[in-house]
Amino acid sequence: MDSAHVLKACFLLIPAILLGVLVFSSWRWRARLPAAVVLGLVLAFGISAWVPGIMDYLVSFCIMATIYAVLSLGLNAQWGYNGHLDFGIAGFFAVGAFTMALFVTAPPSGLMAAYAQQWFGLNTPFLIGMAAAGIMSGVVGYLIAQPILHLRTDFLAIATLGIAEIIRLIFQNERWLANGPQPLSGIPQPLSCLSDSSGCSWLPAGVNHLFSTLQPRDYGYVYLVVVTVTLAVVYVVLEALVRSPWGRALRAVRDEEASAAMSGKPVKSLRVQSFVLGAVIIGVAGALYAPYMVTIDYSHFKPLFATFLVWVMLMLGGSGNNKGAILGAFVIWAVWSGTGFVTDMLATELQGIAPDLASRMSFLRWAFVGLLLAGIVLYRPQGILPEKKRVSRFLKGVPED
Amino acid sequence: MVDSRQAVTDAVPDLAAAVEARDEEGMRSSRFVGAVLLLVLIAMWVAGWLSGTSAEQMLSLTVWGVMLGGIIALGGIGLTLCYGVLKFPNFAHGEFLTLGAYVTYGVVLVLPQSNPIWRFSFGWELIAGLLVSAVVTAIVAIILDHFLYRPLRKHMSPLVLLAMASLGMEFLLRGAVYLIWGSDFHFYYSGRSNPALQLPFGLRIQADQFFVFALAVILVATMYWMLTRTRIGKAMRASADNPDLAQVRGINTEQVIAWTWIIGAAMAAVGGAMYGLASQLRPDMGFVLLLPLFAAVIMGGIGSAWGALVGSVIIGVAMQLTSAFMNPAYGPAVAFVLMVLVLLMRPQGLFVQR
Repeated sequence: MDSAHVLKACFLLIPAILLGVLVFSSWRWRARLPAAVVLGLVLAFGISAWVPGIMDYLVSFCIMATIYAVLSLGLNAQWGYNGHLDFGIAGFFAVGAFTMALFVTAPPSGLMAAYAQQWFGLNTPFLIGMAAAGIMSGVVGYLIAQPILHLRTDFLAIATLGIAEIIRLIFQNERWLANGPQPLSGIPQPLSCLSDSSGCSWLPAGVNHLFSTLQPRDYGYVYLVVVTVTLAVVYVVLEALVRSPWGRALRAVRDEEASAAMSGKPVKSLRVQSFVLGAVIIGVAGALYAPYMVTIDYSHFKPLFATFLVWVMLMLGGSGNNKGAILGAFVIWAVWSGTGFVTDMLATELQGIAPDLASRMSFLRWAFVGLLLAGIVLYRPQGILPEKKRVSRFLKGVPED
Repeated sequence: MVDSRQAVTDAVPDLAAAVEARDEEGMRSSRFVGAVLLLVLIAMWVAGWLSGTSAEQMLSLTVWGVMLGGIIALGGIGLTLCYGVLKFPNFAHGEFLTLGAYVTYGVVLVLPQSNPIWRFSFGWELIAGLLVSAVVTAIVAIILDHFLYRPLRKHMSPLVLLAMASLGMEFLLRGAVYLIWGSDFHFYYSGRSNPALQLPFGLRIQADQFFVFALAVILVATMYWMLTRTRIGKAMRASADNPDLAQVRGINTEQVIAWTWIIGAAMAAVGGAMYGLASQLRPDMGFVLLLPLFAAVIMGGIGSAWGALVGSVIIGVAMQLTSAFMNPAYGPAVAFVLMVLVLLMRPQGLFVQR
């Protein structure tokens, strides 16, 4: 095991420890933290020692799965805790991603200006871009909520589906906004200097030397830490919110709107609040997606990838359960990329059956995931990890399930 | 203690009614909404005229819009019936249109090509294809109902789960279309010229467009006759109105539901094939049309076939008129804005029977 592998394992350590903290969440902190650290060490160094070949693939898989987990948490805030049938995740995702891209890039200059157009480019740091993406997506969510949210649930589903389509059409057709049908490229990646040969200018030379074995193509290891830490923050905040009295009011509005209104809960306002909260989280997921892709265009925000898969993830994992949302994201993303893997392996055999079949096999996944959703809805609508219906963990004498 | 609890339970129905009455808040009469929609259409006409499109062209656009409305109506009537009888928005309905268009295409490829009928661009094999696709799509709808929607109904699943299941079926059917026919665009008769007929007022309309519209009108009229005059049609309306009461009166709800699927899917299949004839075949055509379909259905009032027709024509005309001064790619957006406008003024739509 050379020094490069040790360094990569150290990068894997942070996500692995966070995973441990999540897995042992029912333990007391005294036992939980050591257990998480041990699990993290075993996982990170075990993988880099025994199966170093899969590390790069594992990292790129985990980045996408983590971004989907953030999306799934956003949907959980809307659907899981307050019952909004939001079929327009792709719209908020696109708003977040493009806001991020516009904030962190510099406006095209010189020769590039002839080929690329964008409304503005502020060249801000990553975190400001992410905040802007969340706020922008929240504002869009608020504006949508105003006319639609007080109507029936099915109207919200149709309206959000429409809004997402329209947002995609706008990014597709308006050249001045974000380069229209052409991709918007060159989105800077946060902390990419760590994997550069020159090193970060703001770090002391000794620290830079530590990272010197990292190649630019190993940037994924750095970004994995960024996305998992973001996921952890979103998870902690959302979990704290839904366990608070506010979160209980949300669930009350979802289950028994009349009773909640009778207990003096501001039903309308609560519904808007949860919808906007979800929109903000989805926007943050978009902000994570744009720098990872470096180049984004409208076609990334089609309903299949950005809406439908997220729904399957949340329904499989368990709506109303944040851990379930994360679990569902990883499982479905594994299924989705796994089926792609299988069809790639069978490509030559399929070519023998029919010449076009191999190129079309990728669409079999659509059908498969469609069936999967139908199966979940039919046989286990509560998901793998069902919602825990308890009032508060501080309330003694109430049976936990 | 007992008294206060009694008071609470007494208050609950009122509150529940108040919550349900959310829909009716700020409601306007259907005449008012109709006037507003007419004004919007006139404003679009004027806007197009001001942007330099000649009046003759605007007239052509209006007529094309009515014809597009006919296509939307074919899909929309099935959707509104399903929505009314089964009480959930069927997001897979757009894929019935796609499936119908592609099955027709498959039949046209297999059958020998006959000469074009009259001045249409198509021959008898397309008519045969329409019939086959209507049957195939109806069978697909029945299969989906048997294996998915009926078990869900038996479990008394809430509306949202049915809607979600239909979203899953949307992707299943679209995946199947991609798998069988690939992602390329197709034409029923590529390279066959289809000159427009010259009509008075400078109207230029293809013979095919007449066929599309005439077929739509005939099917919609048949539908209307069926709903108002036949036994099954009346049973359908009764089930849409109040399923429990309908069942008490001896109506076989499952049979009504089966007929709803058959009729809705068959009409959607014909609508999809007509859309394919008017433009081209593409695997995402059903999804593109889904938003105008829902807009038409909600505008007309869920469960009302007549409303779906009127809504479809309004949506079709609006989509064509705005293309005079806007990027035509925003057609679905126009449909959507009109839908939201109606939802704000009158959530139950123009023609709701109460």
